[in-house]
Amino acid sequence: MNVLTDNFSLYGEGLLGTVELTVLASLLALVAGVLMAAFRVAPVGSLRVFGTVWVMVLRNTPLTLLFFAVLLGLPRFGVVLPFKVFAVLALGCYTSAFICEAVRSGINTVPVGQGEAARSLGMTFSQTLGDVVLPQAFRTVIPPVGSTLIALAKNSAIAGSFSVVELLGTYKTLNELGYSIIWTFVWIAVGYLIVTLTISALFNVLEKRWGVPR
Amino acid sequence: MTATTALYDVPGPHSKRRHRLYGAAATVVILAVLAWVGYLLVDTGQFSSRKWTPFAYVGIQKLLLEGLGNTLKAFACAAVLSLVLGAVLAAGRLSDHAPVRWVSTLLVEFFRAMPVLVMIFFVYVALKAEPLYALITGLTLYNGSVLAEVFRAGVHSVDRGQREAAYALGMRKTQVMTYVLVPQAVRAMLPTIISQLVVALKDTSLGFLITYEEFLHAGKLIASNLDYDLPFIPVVMIVSPIYIGMCMLLSWCAYRVAKRQRKSLKTDAVDVNAPEPGTLLPGAQQQR
Repeated sequence: MNVLTDNFSLYGEGLLGTVELTVLASLLALVAGVLMAAFRVAPVGSLRVFGTVWVMVLRNTPLTLLFFAVLLGLPRFGVVLPFKVFAVLALGCYTSAFICEAVRSGINTVPVGQGEAARSLGMTFSQTLGDVVLPQAFRTVIPPVGSTLIALAKNSAIAGSFSVVELLGTYKTLNELGYSIIWTFVWIAVGYLIVTLTISALFNVLEKRWGVPR
Repeated sequence: MTATTALYDVPGPHSKRRHRLYGAAATVVILAVLAWVGYLLVDTGQFSSRKWTPFAYVGIQKLLLEGLGNTLKAFACAAVLSLVLGAVLAAGRLSDHAPVRWVSTLLVEFFRAMPVLVMIFFVYVALKAEPLYALITGLTLYNGSVLAEVFRAGVHSVDRGQREAAYALGMRKTQVMTYVLVPQAVRAMLPTIISQLVVALKDTSLGFLITYEEFLHAGKLIASNLDYDLPFIPVVMIVSPIYIGMCMLLSWCAYRVAKRQRKSLKTDAVDVNAPEPGTLLPGAQQQR
């Protein structure tokens, strides 16, 4: 028990780091994911190909490999940024592929009449997609996007091994300080449960407020 | 179904020209980015022969192959064990005995909510296990719990009449499960099961973080070799296509199985799809 009380600030810092990573990477993933989903249904062929390749490659890349390549590889091109930014980039891009697939299957659940009606009103592709289809798709993709973001929060643990401050990384310091390693991990586990359960609760609220089963 | 989408009109000559223009512009931008990356690669000397010579040495090739072998070994063990654990936990969750159900539910929910890496580190650091065992344990616990949920969903997805008919024939619960429900459930869930195995394969790379001598670890060893001028980018260029290729192959299997199932005459004869409005994209299937 005193592992937590003695090192409250350390744990707090770690938890804050995890939350920060999760939030920033989620924002990047959501923006990139929706953009890629739009690319994949666009009338322009090269954008469709780009979106497809993006999703196919990133979905099949081990996240550790992506971290390895981004965090240790980009600096060799003279791109020198804080590790946290690299971590957000890697996590966000990786997750965007899954968000893209969720959004695309959400687009498929919108009845075809909606798109046809929008077109018959003379709307362009971006109007049809942005004003008519995506808002309706958004309502059905709340649960899958929620579970994707929970996975993102769990994946952020990898960043700790690449010297980014986050929850799992706290074990090293505590281990050196000689605290009971079992209890250290118990409190780390509790920290992750807090983060994942919060996301899940948040998406339950969103689901209740806006969700439509289709 | 024709290959049209409801999101935009069939382009006329004017729109076609416009789309071609956009397409060309997008291609130019993408190619420009690629060319820039290529320029950076050349500019920072990533293609210098000194950085690529190590890959011609038999010793280095053997190191890489050993790493790949270790990755596949960890994957094979984790895959088999997590299938077993998944079956056990699913059986537990479908049990008639409430305590067994509670315990299995608790385990499944807990292990699904934990990051795999935390479990791996716990086994590695706190229980002081060998890296291979830590990796396999972590992967098994996580993927086993996810697979348990998949199996359970599969059993529930089998038509209720099947279970009732089996009970009516006087089968016991175990018989109903093993002879009737599970074979059909596995068939229905096979694509999902294979997709989960892709996750397991991808996650074997976490072994890198606990210094398990897998593929990425072998790559790191070569990359940090000063004699070859730190060939980091060449290593990434060799390691990632192999990793991504393996995962894509497995994903492709899942896709093929799913496609074959949709086409199967047997399943087609059983449930004919009710007439329904189509989807917005060509060739897309309604979810489940």
